[in-house]
Amino acid sequence: MSISQEDVEKVALLARLSIAPSDLPEVTERFGRVLQLVNELNTIDTEGVAPMSNPHDMVQRLRPDVVTGGNAREALMASAPQKDRGYFLVPKVID
Amino acid sequence: MTWETIMGLEVHLQLATQSKIFSGSSTQFGAPPNVQADAVDLGMPGMLPVLNEEAVRFAVKFGLGIGARIGQRSIFDRKNYFYPDLPKGYQISQFFSPIVCEGIFEVPMEDGALLPIRITRAHLEEDAGKSVHDIFSQESGIDLNRAGTPLLEIVTEPDFRSAEQAVAYLKALHSLVTYLGISDGNMAEGSMRCDINISLRRAGSDALGTRTEIKNVNSFRFVERAIHSEVERQTDILNSGGTITQETRLYDAERDETRSMRSKEVANDYRYFPEPDLLPIEIDEAYIDAVRASLPELPAAKRARFVNEYELSDYDAALLVPDHATAGFFEEVVRLGGAAKPAANWILGDLSGALNRADLTIGSSPVSAEALAGLIARIEDGTLSSKLAKQVFDGLWQGEGATDEIIAKRGLKQVSDTGALAQLVDDVIAANPDQVAQYLAADEAKQKKLSGFFVGQIMKASQGQANPKLLNELLIKKLNDQS
Amino acid sequence: MVDSAVLHASVSELREMLTQRHISSEELTRAFLERIDLLNGKLNAVVTVCAEQALDDARHADQRLSCGEGNMLTGIPLLHKDIFCTQGIRTTCGSRMLEQFIPAYDATVVAKLKTAGVVMLGKCNMDEFAMGSSNETSFFGTVKNPWDTQCVPGGSSGGSAAALAAGMATLVTGTDTGGSIRQPASLCGITGLKPTYGRVSRLGIIAFASSLDQAGPMARSAADCAHMLTAMSGLDVGDSTSADLAVPDFFSELSGDVAGLRIGMPREYFNDDLDPAVRTQVMSALSELEKAGAQLIDIDLPHSHYAIATYYVLAPAEASANLARYDGVRFGYRCADPADLEDLYLRSRSEGFGEEVQRRILVGTYALSAGFYDAYFNKAQQVRRVITDDFRKAFQSVDVIAGPSAPGVAFSFGAKQQDPIAMYMEDIYTLAVNLAGLPGLSAPAGLINGMPVGLQLIGKPFDESTILNAAHRLQLDTDWHLARPAIEE
Repeated sequence: MSISQEDVEKVALLARLSIAPSDLPEVTERFGRVLQLVNELNTIDTEGVAPMSNPHDMVQRLRPDVVTGGNAREALMASAPQKDRGYFLVPKVID
Repeated sequence: MTWETIMGLEVHLQLATQSKIFSGSSTQFGAPPNVQADAVDLGMPGMLPVLNEEAVRFAVKFGLGIGARIGQRSIFDRKNYFYPDLPKGYQISQFFSPIVCEGIFEVPMEDGALLPIRITRAHLEEDAGKSVHDIFSQESGIDLNRAGTPLLEIVTEPDFRSAEQAVAYLKALHSLVTYLGISDGNMAEGSMRCDINISLRRAGSDALGTRTEIKNVNSFRFVERAIHSEVERQTDILNSGGTITQETRLYDAERDETRSMRSKEVANDYRYFPEPDLLPIEIDEAYIDAVRASLPELPAAKRARFVNEYELSDYDAALLVPDHATAGFFEEVVRLGGAAKPAANWILGDLSGALNRADLTIGSSPVSAEALAGLIARIEDGTLSSKLAKQVFDGLWQGEGATDEIIAKRGLKQVSDTGALAQLVDDVIAANPDQVAQYLAADEAKQKKLSGFFVGQIMKASQGQANPKLLNELLIKKLNDQS
Repeated sequence: MVDSAVLHASVSELREMLTQRHISSEELTRAFLERIDLLNGKLNAVVTVCAEQALDDARHADQRLSCGEGNMLTGIPLLHKDIFCTQGIRTTCGSRMLEQFIPAYDATVVAKLKTAGVVMLGKCNMDEFAMGSSNETSFFGTVKNPWDTQCVPGGSSGGSAAALAAGMATLVTGTDTGGSIRQPASLCGITGLKPTYGRVSRLGIIAFASSLDQAGPMARSAADCAHMLTAMSGLDVGDSTSADLAVPDFFSELSGDVAGLRIGMPREYFNDDLDPAVRTQVMSALSELEKAGAQLIDIDLPHSHYAIATYYVLAPAEASANLARYDGVRFGYRCADPADLEDLYLRSRSEGFGEEVQRRILVGTYALSAGFYDAYFNKAQQVRRVITDDFRKAFQSVDVIAGPSAPGVAFSFGAKQQDPIAMYMEDIYTLAVNLAGLPGLSAPAGLINGMPVGLQLIGKPFDESTILNAAHRLQLDTDWHLARPAIEE
């Protein structure tokens, strides 16, 4: 099962990555090689096997409903690329 | 061509926990931007979610409140898409195995019937932040205070056939969740948001038409209007032979129409997969039993009990019950000695009117349950006529003091002394011989009308304090004696 | 003047020297800082040096020591892989995306080691976002293997391994998602341990693949790793996948006794694909353990060959979501003059991420996408369980599973760049261990043409003690772990 350049572009858009047209053939070719590798999975029968998300049989711990931590805005927004009046800024979005 | 409207509703309910679903930030409304967004909420590198136990309990409460099956092993999943108010680039939600499974919610309609709406599922997820587009000229501002607030998404089957049904459902839902104490269900403030999936099909057909989704409608009124305008739009298209595009739309209240959402046009493949940073939520029977035991009396049960215990009409009960605080106020008045029927009347009538005009909720009523109970008692014991009582009510509302103080201060005690009343009657009869003659010559129906003249005169003479019932008895007797 | 022997001394030896006041932590720290200064230009193992902070911490450590306070790790100099968030100190994850990122918080592991008294010297270079096996994908340039500077140190904890091997610190931290501690440890001749999944908190560690990542110690001996592991481990309620288990004093559990220890040798690891020279060294190490009383037993791990396909679906899939937060909005790299929101996303990410990272994001996104989820992601999760069951069955008859850590010794730069698969095959022996969540370590097993090779020991869940003890035994009976690269020349 190989993949087309078109498909790679579609996947790239989903992942918000842009591939230069000149790079697309090589990216597609290498992507295809990885797919070849993982297609090995088709050769094993896993009928009735439950998927494994986490290696141990642990269940979720619950946290009490308590407010912890106060206003850390200054520290956390220190690395913000663009900010004003307490907001993170992005180019204007039209809904 | 007649078209049938088919609708399903998705309600996003903000759960009233103190802290967020996956972090310890506060969920309080109205803080300055980004002061309630910690490193976890911001999706900073290395941060991890930890589940709030109260969010789980609230979800289970809801499930039990609608008699649904509880998902005893539910899983969180990542819903992946890019948007600036979604800091991690994915929302932690539940896709494959929700915490609440199928149930039926019986919605009381205005005519008293119960409309059964099938709830497909309800699941926990985190809310996104907010973007503001009108503060900065070239940019949108992102505020992540709301990011991470716990939501319960409640999904129905496409069982709705009219706007009326949809609104009734939302009102009943609001009532249920306030009773359960899991949310304040306030559409205007955004703690209850409604998405409507709507399609039309030929009357008599089984196949469903293409549907559109109207997102984030935030008032009962707008829900109604949005549905009407979208049905109209789809009808026009279908009648002229066109097809409906499956898309997401927004309701524009100013123009009273729905319009397509441009920013969501890019096809979204959410690529759901189990959230590896969280483990399955296991809920055992003991936990479910404990939550069930903690449930308050729910609206349906309370309505039935009000009718049986207090002998209220279905109508009155249906009006008293939906607002939890009002139902509580009513029972408190009764507990403190007020008779049930008058209590219902006063609450649904004068008190309700006064609260609406002053834009207050019953929780902030200047007239306490105790005061109202006392007022009702004074009517029952003959001290006040209903009319005089209204003046006393005004006094209570203005904070002039307790019932008896107001009666005394304003001199509102009704005259029930038969001697004094007889005197008043005699005086008025003597002063109006023509009207007396008219009365005696009239038939029964007309007599009823004419007696009003004498009542009016006596009320004037007594500054409204004559006991109307006694007065009437005496008046009729004395008038007849004249013949 | 400080004797350069301290640069390669063990924790126990340094502890003795510090207690006896033969040396102060400040002197020790200065010696390492000088060493870094001397060699880092050549090796490029360290991205950020925290000289002032380190000397400050060292002086505090000296104060505690002089009051008779402090424990095993007090005053011991350490380097952190640049994947651990360090408050107020740049944390890059080897990427342009985080080139300027300064966290406002410490990772739990960093805080725990700080409490234990270590002196942090700086942050180590690594493959970008932990994706790589050669430290050739770092935005900050390749790291050179101190044993042969024409060769790679392995990855993704390549900087950590190289720094330790070159004597730039006594201890280093690493993370391991598919072999990123064990493989570089093998290529650089040091001891590195990946704990059982859940043993060490992941909070504050920049995530690559959430269900596979684990932080672990890298040091000159199993004994030193044991000291570090004790300090690093333990329940963290801030990490939902952190195990609620008591932490033993791993060092005190090192008895050196391996009599009756059953060591499984999977036929699938010791087949014809195994390089003969690697086989020789690995067998040499195993026969040492046999001499000390261990039993070597042939076992099967029949689904081993599916590990690589499984890993290269699951890890990129989880990573594709974990790396979605790098969007130029709240922190990290943002492109210049974005025209609109989509432009902001596309260019910030395409400019901020390197080629290998982008490739894995694409693969992961694809594996999760509509129509492919069942065939790829869900299928891989099923195979993961099958692979884990293989180990479970094997551990019914053995206590430890052994094999090579890597298919060969360190290779030259660029040797595996033509085909991404060639690079992925570096982890062929280590990947399955992460899928099964088991503990695994690599210990030096001699040299091949002057280049280090490692023995991998895999343990039962939460049984780090047994594999540490076996490695410790090996290190009592041999001196492979004491070999040092001749880097000064």
